[in-house]
Amino acid sequence: MKPRAFAYHAPASVPEALALLAEHSHDAKVLAGGQSLVPLLNFRMSAPEHLIDVNRLPGLDTVVREAGGWRIPALVRQRTVERSLELAAAFPLLPAALAQVAHPQIRNRGTVCGSVAHGDPAAELPTVLTALGATMHVASTRGVRAVPADDFFLFHFTTALEPDELLVGVTLADLPPGTATGFAEFATRNGDFALAAVAGVVHRDDDGVVRSARLVAAGVAGTPVRLAAAEAALVGSALTPAALVAAQHAARGEVDPSGDIHAPGAYRKQLVGVLTRRVLTGLTRQGGVARAGEHGR
Amino acid sequence: MPENTVGEDTHRITTTVNGVTQESVVDSRLSLADFLRHRLRLTGTHVGCEHGVCGACTVHLDGAAVRSCLMFAVQADGHTVDTVEGLANGDELSPLQESFARHHALQCGFCTSGFLMSAAEALREGPVDTPERAREVLSGNLCRCTGYAGLVSAVVEASDGGEGRG
Repeated sequence: MKPRAFAYHAPASVPEALALLAEHSHDAKVLAGGQSLVPLLNFRMSAPEHLIDVNRLPGLDTVVREAGGWRIPALVRQRTVERSLELAAAFPLLPAALAQVAHPQIRNRGTVCGSVAHGDPAAELPTVLTALGATMHVASTRGVRAVPADDFFLFHFTTALEPDELLVGVTLADLPPGTATGFAEFATRNGDFALAAVAGVVHRDDDGVVRSARLVAAGVAGTPVRLAAAEAALVGSALTPAALVAAQHAARGEVDPSGDIHAPGAYRKQLVGVLTRRVLTGLTRQGGVARAGEHGR
Repeated sequence: MPENTVGEDTHRITTTVNGVTQESVVDSRLSLADFLRHRLRLTGTHVGCEHGVCGACTVHLDGAAVRSCLMFAVQADGHTVDTVEGLANGDELSPLQESFARHHALQCGFCTSGFLMSAAEALREGPVDTPERAREVLSGNLCRCTGYAGLVSAVVEASDGGEGRG
């Protein structure tokens, strides 16, 4: 339960961090909040020779208002986002989902970007950021590139990040008026990983007709999963009970989760349908945010 | 930047632990929890699961409750750490600790320091005056004696008393 010895680097600037990553990309890990990485190190499931601690990088620990949206830089703690009134107003989905990310002691330290870079398919943040159509900003000595969330998550714990790249920030475009968002999760205990979770971002016109929808499920595949059939079932219709049922069945039908010690695949499949409907029901009630957080407590 | 040789990677750090400045030289891989226990002999912080689940190692880093098993001591350089040893004022227990004693909020005691540090942070942030809220606050720590009823009562009473400074 002790990590293998490693060389510890604490760069004082982003260029210095990127140079270290370039130099040691064969066997280096970036340490931010450490709430996922350090357990892996302690179990020696990960044993890098070099640990590049980015916690001393300046100017990356507060959210930034930009033209048309927000930026969440690399060192913004999950707790900071959870408590940001401005971000809560712009993206109520964020605090709704963050409340279900582990516990305050973890969120005090864990970063938003760290969760994204870790790429756990059962984690809330990758799912919610995919639903919000976030853009991941990735830097290396070779330059900076922007990767849409839809292209970022590749497989379990595998992302579009190359070994020499650092996720320097996530940006979110402001949601257009008429957008409602919701999140629903089922976990057996408070703070556990989701057996399944669904995040929804639905844009309706003045007549209440759905113009676009993004529905994303967690915990049912190697990445956050767009529920494309359920989205298609909604577009062009008002959020009528019949449309909700159609979306529920579509969502259930388009995922094929595997089972594990926590729940069989068929159960998770059923959950995705139910959670999809709960998210959508929440949207019809509020026209705004559904905080349909569900814990089996 | 000079290359560090794996296995000989040590760092000089300065931390403020329970108000006392500590200068130390630590291996990269020394956890904050082990630093507190083995180097500073502050053995009130306990090490349970060593992967961030049980909460026994909870301490305050710059006032925020964190898992000291998921941090390396070198990362605490320049920061302030408070442990369970810092809660009491000499022999006088803090109101939260008094409340724990009154409500039998501990049995074997292994998890207690982590629960105290988690609850102390929550009480500093705001009231924890309902059992439901207390359960939420306590949910990040595990008690294998399952003494949760006493823990919930203790935290609610500490909050009701307006003595939530931990």
